[in-house]
Amino acid sequence: MSVESVFPALEPLLPRVSKPVQYVGGELNATVKDWDAAAVRWALMYPDAYEVGLPNQGVMILYEVLNEQPDVLAERTYAVWPDLERLMREHDVPQFTVDAHRPVKAFDLLGVSFATELGYTNLLTALDLAGIPLHAADRTEDHPIVVAGGHAAFNPEPISPFVDAAVLGDGEEAVLEITDLVRAWKAEGRPGGRDEILTRLAETGGVYVPRFYDVEYLPDGRIQRVVPNRERVPYRVFKRTTMDLDAWPYPKQPLVPLAESVHERMSVEIFRGCTRGCRFCQAGMITRPVRERSIEGIGAMVQRGLEATGFEEVGLLSLSSADHSEIAEITKGLADRYEGTNTSLSLPSTRVDAFNIDLANELSRNGRRSGLTFAPEGGSERIRRVINKMVSEEDLIRTVSAAFAAGWRQVKLYFMCGLPTETDDDVLQIAEMAKNVIRAGREVSGRKDIRCTISIGGFVPKPHTPFQWAAQCDPVTVDSRLRKLREAVNSDRALGRNIGMRYHDGQPSLIEGLLSRGDRRIGRVIERVWREGGRFDGWSEHFSYERWVSAAEAELTPLGVDLAWFTTREREELEVLPWDHLDSGLDKEWLWADWQDALDEREQDDCRWTPCFDCGVCPAMGTDIEVGPTGRTLLPISPVGKGSPVHNPSLTT
Amino acid sequence: MQKLRLRYAKRGRLRFTSHRDIARTFERALRRAGVPMAYSQGFSPHPKVSWVGAAPTGVASEAEYVEVQVVEQVDPDALRTALDAVLPPGLDVIEVVRAAGGTLPERIEASAWQVELPGVSPERLIEAVTAFLAAESVEVERLTKDGKKVIDVRPAVVSAEVRSDVPTGSGSTQIQMHSSDAGHDARDLSHPCGILVTVVRQTTPTVRPDDVLSALRVVADLVPPVPAKATRMAQGRLDDEGRLVDPLALDRAAEEV
Repeated sequence: MSVESVFPALEPLLPRVSKPVQYVGGELNATVKDWDAAAVRWALMYPDAYEVGLPNQGVMILYEVLNEQPDVLAERTYAVWPDLERLMREHDVPQFTVDAHRPVKAFDLLGVSFATELGYTNLLTALDLAGIPLHAADRTEDHPIVVAGGHAAFNPEPISPFVDAAVLGDGEEAVLEITDLVRAWKAEGRPGGRDEILTRLAETGGVYVPRFYDVEYLPDGRIQRVVPNRERVPYRVFKRTTMDLDAWPYPKQPLVPLAESVHERMSVEIFRGCTRGCRFCQAGMITRPVRERSIEGIGAMVQRGLEATGFEEVGLLSLSSADHSEIAEITKGLADRYEGTNTSLSLPSTRVDAFNIDLANELSRNGRRSGLTFAPEGGSERIRRVINKMVSEEDLIRTVSAAFAAGWRQVKLYFMCGLPTETDDDVLQIAEMAKNVIRAGREVSGRKDIRCTISIGGFVPKPHTPFQWAAQCDPVTVDSRLRKLREAVNSDRALGRNIGMRYHDGQPSLIEGLLSRGDRRIGRVIERVWREGGRFDGWSEHFSYERWVSAAEAELTPLGVDLAWFTTREREELEVLPWDHLDSGLDKEWLWADWQDALDEREQDDCRWTPCFDCGVCPAMGTDIEVGPTGRTLLPISPVGKGSPVHNPSLTT
Repeated sequence: MQKLRLRYAKRGRLRFTSHRDIARTFERALRRAGVPMAYSQGFSPHPKVSWVGAAPTGVASEAEYVEVQVVEQVDPDALRTALDAVLPPGLDVIEVVRAAGGTLPERIEASAWQVELPGVSPERLIEAVTAFLAAESVEVERLTKDGKKVIDVRPAVVSAEVRSDVPTGSGSTQIQMHSSDAGHDARDLSHPCGILVTVVRQTTPTVRPDDVLSALRVVADLVPPVPAKATRMAQGRLDDEGRLVDPLALDRAAEEV
């Protein structure tokens, strides 16, 4: 049965909404395939606005991996803004993909990538607009299998009523295995219906089907245990790890939107995983071990990507890019190759202690000089020991001094507020650090126009981290510390006027905390918030704290728990956490020991250059650290072209 | 250093792009095509691309113009082919010429627009256009960033006429044959569709096709049941008979000498 495009129905609505271009598709390198020729059809969703979702690397990789399969079709869908949602309801236009404007309901699978928990209400909007029952239990064979992925899927319990399955970890191989199972089940004539395909997925051990597990609670509200409620379903579900990044050079043909997006650059992931061991960082904990892409693999991806996209900036992505074992050779090689082509390089995440000015100069040699950004995360040496982010203020001042001497004028510093054991004084140290940056900059440059921007985010304890047991700081305390910090910055006008301060208030962080460490009972809260109009909770103009607080009260009070119980309550060592049956490889005893080390202000080194400290991931997952140096070099050394990274001999006469 | 002038079309669903979207897409396509672009100097170098008054968001065009500077001699036909190959469907390069002096803006003073009004009968449209042309002044309100603004549409309109369908050889039929995004250019023929063809002078403030439609509402209470589709068909200077002169004609003539 073929499927009609909804574009003719959508088009007349577009002149009436803001930024209509985000709904028309037509991106460079997008793929539209024959519906009837496909055996398995995926709709991939990033549950936020198009401008945020389009550049998402996870969706882009899976889109390309799936579409490379001859009998598989993958299209993308994003959250529509409330103005279009209203018109779509009025004119009966269903949730659609942007590739061929096909209705999402017609696909076999709907894969949703959750980078943040604040996209949960957008999932409900999409399901509802698609005509898919909100609750997985109400779906039939005619509805897509809804699969959650992304970092938030490491605790999918809060959205367990709405998703059929969740996959933990790297998706490249997992999507193909799921596709194989669905293809076979369809070819056999769908034996056993929806239950059977979900059971087949679950018995692989790498796909979590929440419905196949029962959660039992203790009288005080804590979880007693989580157990499978049928045969063929394992007790624990493991995360997926793609080991050889050079074997998965995706995206090969990155999507380039017509509309403006949040990342106007071509990204190449230079390694995956991080073992620096920052205790607040969920990404660093759940993506272990470190797996580097080789210098040659990176070089080939950059050239192919530039030819395919025309971007002027290449982002060398990872959780801490300057930590690549051959970062100096990579940046020098790329800067040589793209000399004169106006192609700049950027390292979106760099640690102060791994950064040097040679690196900075290579980055800005062929294009725009971007600002310098570092993330000390904590203002005082003490709190940096607690969070295990061991960069010293001396390192920072040395690095920024060299940068200011070399002509940079601006530095941006990221911090967190509300960290475990934090006091007012730890936060006030941020002001001192920023002032020292200004002083050092003025001294080495002899100029007055040095700027330092401090950007402060609220800390949210995350599952699968040593801080998963921590009490989240309440918004009142966070807001009061930020106020005091602002006063401290402004106390000395001569320095303060060159310091910019950016922060959000503490309320959204508390809700993110509820969704991060919540269990199945939070599903009711999400649904109520959505029914009362909650949309785009990651956007301050749409987020309503009051709506979340009142929904939590209405839904949780009858169950004997509340918002504070899920957020500001410190957990005990032996409490069963909602995600304990989901295996990130991290040993729970090691996490607890690391949490105790945090409270004792004890540091933990990186296993790439010190002996293994038994976090548990490698033996549990059968993985190992994959790092260089390889000693190889980037070819060709000669510049590629004039005014463009592509050489086209047919143009010149 | 060489200057080239391009005429391109914005078709199909790409009519929903803004000028900024087009500019970004164009600059990236120039890089993908391997065009040896000239860059501005300084802290934040930009490729040397000069735009001439772009069609508004939501409006298609058969006649947009842009000038680019390159650092090596480039063959115009090869550039047209190479660039067209890497632009997304719906952005089509129609012609490339070497610039022979003068500037593009001085060769452009008016646009011809074709506005399709599905659900509006040609008779009804003729009635409204006749009323509009008979008026000396037709003021409409437009919402801008700074609030409501009143503009007089009538003086900018050089001519306006109604067609029930477009003659063979020009207009939509031709667009559909040549568009690289033909699937998104199809017209719904199940309803009557009045077609307005109007030449509008580029004044300040600019009078856009939707302002002309607002004027028809003011003079004749004409409200299209579904949003109209407008396409810019040509741009240029007005000759003595009120026809548009192709802005690239002088460059083409210089080439032939």
